[in-house]
Amino acid sequence: MNSTRRRFLQVAGLSVLGLGVKPACDAMAAEPKVSVGPEALVGKRWAMIVDQKKCIKEEEGCKKCVDACHLTHNVPTIPNAKDEVKWIWQTSLEHAFPGTQSPVLDGYVKESLKNRPLIVLCNHCDNPPCVRVCPVQATFRRPDGIVMMDYHRCIGCRFCMAACPYGARSLNWRDPRPFIKTETMNREYPTRTRGVVEKCTFCFERLSKGLKPACVEACKEKCLIFGDLEDPKSEVSEVLRKNPSIQRKPHLGTRPQVYYIL
Amino acid sequence: MYNAGKIIIGLIIFLGLVTAPFWYNKGKASPPPKLEVGTQEKQCVEPTPFMKSSHMQLLNEWRDEVVRNGKRVYTSSTGKTYEMSLQNTCTKCHAKKTQFCDRCHTYMDSAPKCWDCHIAPVEPTATGQQAARSDK
Repeated sequence: MNSTRRRFLQVAGLSVLGLGVKPACDAMAAEPKVSVGPEALVGKRWAMIVDQKKCIKEEEGCKKCVDACHLTHNVPTIPNAKDEVKWIWQTSLEHAFPGTQSPVLDGYVKESLKNRPLIVLCNHCDNPPCVRVCPVQATFRRPDGIVMMDYHRCIGCRFCMAACPYGARSLNWRDPRPFIKTETMNREYPTRTRGVVEKCTFCFERLSKGLKPACVEACKEKCLIFGDLEDPKSEVSEVLRKNPSIQRKPHLGTRPQVYYIL
Repeated sequence: MYNAGKIIIGLIIFLGLVTAPFWYNKGKASPPPKLEVGTQEKQCVEPTPFMKSSHMQLLNEWRDEVVRNGKRVYTSSTGKTYEMSLQNTCTKCHAKKTQFCDRCHTYMDSAPKCWDCHIAPVEPTATGQQAARSDK
């Protein structure tokens, strides 16, 4: 059989093209095997407001949001403060907003604010320093603004803890299981293991089922407001439009997404 | 070859020593474990042969989709949808971890770290659970 070089190259080229047809068809025909789910709350920029004016109406010693969060997520209660793990907690005004104190102005700060604890949690920053320093991308920022933790990847190096200016991250210095009560353990949510860093995840697992974060749900005074900042009709957007609010340590450029109304 | 006899004998002894464990254990391979599924359900998320060979890849895929991509619902090849969750989906059927997961993992000498964090199911007592399907 006579064959020219031109003919040979034509046939060879067509054959190579043919090899590519099947993978291309498969890719087109494949139905998405995974999806977000029908009832999931979907947002473009999740944010939270802590309305301290409402919080101080609550009876003394109320820790409903903290308890709800820590029970939902099997956060251990470790007596030794050095090993403590916390996702959301109460702190004093000067700890939440350091550098804002002034001997002159302090006399004018409302007494009610001075003596009542503030609720603090991960700020889910728009420019999260913890994400920048994580060497294994165990912590990352989701497109909807949640700064997530992937405990499967965490190597426990604690760079993120050093980077976070809000102290929102805790390392499991020891196995947390013995410090979680079996009877109150949430069997639908995992615990963590020794040597991983954990923090608030804005209840991503509850959002995917159409529920608001556990702390928001637990607060009877509705001091905690959660929603999508990109949606101008959402409750967070409206409350932020109507009330002056502050963020924690905004000068650091982390662009925190937890807003405080004092 | 110089000293051919010595070398060949030496080689035979060497090969014998190296393969000694195989000779020693010949015919004594421990039988594969019997697994108790602990459910009436006939079909897992995907067909059984696929699950047997590739459940670890599937679980890794589920983990990445849920944690990193925020997708939680899996549509299987049978068209059914499942929540992608080891703790809330898998263990609802495979409720006997020690008689299912552990038996095979011990046999295979594989030590996955799933249960360091994920909470293992509370196993039903032997008397309370009747007519559960058992696989050979």
